[in-house]
Amino acid sequence: MSQQPGKSGLIFNEPMLWEKSREGRCAISLPKSDVDRVDLDPELTGDAPELPQLSELDVVRHYTRLSQWNFGVDSGMYPLGSCTMKYNPKTNEVQASRQGFASAHPFSGDEFSQGALALMYNLEQYLATITGFHAVTLQPAAGAHGELAGMLMIHAYHAKSGKQRSKIIIPDTAHGTNPASATLCGYESINVKSGEKGILDPETVAAVMDEDTAGIMVTNPNTLGLFESNIRQIADIVHAKGGLVYGDGANMNAIMGVVKPGEIGIDVLHLNLHKTFSTPHGGGGPGSGPVAVVKALEPFLPVPRVVKDLNSYKFVTDCPDTIGRLHTFYGHFGVMIKAYAYILSMGAKGLKDVSTLAVLNANYIKESLKGTLNLPYDLPCMHECVFNDEFQKKDHITTMDMAKRLLDYGFHPPTVYFPLVVEGAFMVEPTETESKEDIDQFINAVKAIVKEAGDDPEKLKKAPLLTKVTRLDEVTAARKPCLRG
Amino acid sequence: MRYLPHTKEDIEAMLKVTGVSSLDDLFDCIPDDLKTKNTVDIPESLSEWELNAHMEDLASANIACKKYKCFLGAGSYDHHIPAIIPYLISRSEFMTAYTPYQPEVSQGTLQGIYEFQTMVTELLGMDVATASHYDCGTALAEAALIALRKNKKANKIAVSSLTHPSHRQIIHTYTSPAGYEIVEIPYTKEGLTDAGALEGMDDIAGIAVQSPNFFGNIEDLNAFKAVAEAKKVLFITSFTESLAFGLLKNPGSFGADLVAGEGQSLGIAKSFGGPGLGLLAGTKKQMRNLPGRLIGKTKDANGDNGFVLTLATREQHIRREKASSNICSNNGLNAMTAAMYLATVGKIGIREIAQQNHDNAVYLKTSLEKVGFKSAFNTPFFNEFVMKVPEGFEQKRNALINDNCTFAGINLEPFYPELKNHYLFCATETLSKDDIDQLAKEVQ
Repeated sequence: MSQQPGKSGLIFNEPMLWEKSREGRCAISLPKSDVDRVDLDPELTGDAPELPQLSELDVVRHYTRLSQWNFGVDSGMYPLGSCTMKYNPKTNEVQASRQGFASAHPFSGDEFSQGALALMYNLEQYLATITGFHAVTLQPAAGAHGELAGMLMIHAYHAKSGKQRSKIIIPDTAHGTNPASATLCGYESINVKSGEKGILDPETVAAVMDEDTAGIMVTNPNTLGLFESNIRQIADIVHAKGGLVYGDGANMNAIMGVVKPGEIGIDVLHLNLHKTFSTPHGGGGPGSGPVAVVKALEPFLPVPRVVKDLNSYKFVTDCPDTIGRLHTFYGHFGVMIKAYAYILSMGAKGLKDVSTLAVLNANYIKESLKGTLNLPYDLPCMHECVFNDEFQKKDHITTMDMAKRLLDYGFHPPTVYFPLVVEGAFMVEPTETESKEDIDQFINAVKAIVKEAGDDPEKLKKAPLLTKVTRLDEVTAARKPCLRG
Repeated sequence: MRYLPHTKEDIEAMLKVTGVSSLDDLFDCIPDDLKTKNTVDIPESLSEWELNAHMEDLASANIACKKYKCFLGAGSYDHHIPAIIPYLISRSEFMTAYTPYQPEVSQGTLQGIYEFQTMVTELLGMDVATASHYDCGTALAEAALIALRKNKKANKIAVSSLTHPSHRQIIHTYTSPAGYEIVEIPYTKEGLTDAGALEGMDDIAGIAVQSPNFFGNIEDLNAFKAVAEAKKVLFITSFTESLAFGLLKNPGSFGADLVAGEGQSLGIAKSFGGPGLGLLAGTKKQMRNLPGRLIGKTKDANGDNGFVLTLATREQHIRREKASSNICSNNGLNAMTAAMYLATVGKIGIREIAQQNHDNAVYLKTSLEKVGFKSAFNTPFFNEFVMKVPEGFEQKRNALINDNCTFAGINLEPFYPELKNHYLFCATETLSKDDIDQLAKEVQ
């Protein structure tokens, strides 16, 4: 344990903001007003909202203490499967905060926003060449928003061809956002099981694909960390019946420079800039979910679109078949800047190295831990690998117990209980930015915990022991919701 | 590459453990015919210093320089951001964390967002606020869907024509595939939504009105609540300028069932329109219909207070196709930023800043009237208003941008073709009397 990063230290208690509040304090330097005060009709005005009253140091200390209760990628290894918790380069933050970007008003006009438009245009081009597609939109604000955009385009494509369809095929390994996005378009989800080797069999798809099915949503590599090697045959089956293939590109970090999804039968793909392209997750966003499409779907892209006109750039909205608008302005421009800076910092070779080393790290963990934890699909993996708690059942130790104990060792746990196809899943995605030493520490921590599971299972049941709070009562939280102070 | 830690020796040792002989062989599980034969067409990698130069070139190709003066609003506002906000939000424990799935090591995010939810409910006078959405437009579309799903008999939603034009478009994008329709409520010559027009509208599931509206005018929300009650449909309000509620009556006091708003004004940079902050709040009755994350208070096994993500059974990762929404990531870091801002300005600051916005806007309007601009509507407003501009204004406006980095108003004609030569002006606390006097002098 002494070799592991986890260590207890002084953690501060910190009350709620309003418990610190004292009448008369204010933490902002108020500008001096030099025009006349004009009172609005009292019928229209209300009392000032009861916000906390604090000094500047009160605010600084409050959030500094709160931050110390958090674990981020900068704190330690964060192998959360399917989330690609790679290092978030600091230069990207510097780029996004440049005055010319951060102060730019969205209605400044194309003529006065050429820098922003050029960046967006070039980023679209880069994402198109990385994924092998014809055109890209940057407008969706998150991965799930990108999925919605993609499904809306599939919906609009079928509407345009004269006959809407009612169903969509979704494998059991899909992210929960997939069926939820399909529902928003009025499609019924047809769930299909992956085959014995953890990937989809073409026959399974052929058995359900018909002319009332809009298409299929495939995550490739899938959430078991396996490459869907039958993707071309599956796409052929779906295309033969007039359907389209939606690709969930959440796992693009595994295949940059190796596979271009646009070349293997996928028609529309979303990316997560906050996964593959290194922009920070921010404790739950803001992300960005660009969508890439084949030529046949280009007319349906959301508006406004960025176009290049000789040497200048402009927004166009005159696209009769567009699905419409998805964001008040142009999407999460601030996030786009960071992804653009990342791509330019890496170059084409760098991006391929990223995927190669992400796959190397995952396979190294898989091979190093496969005797320690059960590995339901013992196959070469891509960027992540999925274990479960089968071996620990004899000690009545669950995936959750091991995950919580990992916190004491100084690691963020992997994704647990997902994908649903593996009972008690323990899904590890190290990403390429973790070094061999850090990964070895993680492997040793898991081995030590598995040993504890046999020697001292009670300790695991009580874990975590070093964190500010221990296991929380989620049942009461949901039964008697208390959502405000 | 400095982000990739692997030495040659590491790679050799790791390959040996995996039993794969070369890095290329790691991809043997991918059939050869699926591997790309084409290159990725991206420029050669840049050093940090080359990147700085390139990015500054792009940033300065936007006209948003140091002496920038912004008289633009329409959903994105120029406000002072205290130094502590970017300083604190840059703490990487906040910035580089994921959604707080492991509450034991996420109490910072969780308490911070719980405090955010609390302050938003206080600001809006509502019972429940979610942990954020992408922006006001998407939050409003989700609110419209709540109303439409709830009401099995009606498939239309009535939306004010003075709701932000982009928001109306987003509602259309979100609702039309499922066969829902938007009916627009026309506006009056006072620049207000015509409540009377609702009388003839049947088969509606909800009424959505923005206040202050897109013209900046303050709507009489009581009138719409009365119609919504009479028709037994949900009353949805929205807003693009959160600081208005430092001064104005909040939506809850008018009996709104759902409120969607934009929180960009709360310490978040304009950043060419995004990321902003979608606010979504409801009455207690609507709690389980709300999409997205909610943070709740609870106890840990030792009886200590703590916070967790809660009511997840509404969400896609549990409910899949039956979820209330597909939302997964929200705009959490911007919600945290807004919480920091609200704690910083506090009760005293928000009132004073809101008042200064209004005072500056009134002074701007009066100053423009003195140089030949005509007020389009004589209706109370918060910090935005519409003026009919004199001839030749557009040329002067462009010159002002190029010469002085001053952006004077937004042309309304693209949004409302009937409003030729009408511009939407905005003044916030960032402008001084001198700035306004200077503008009036330049455009006369």
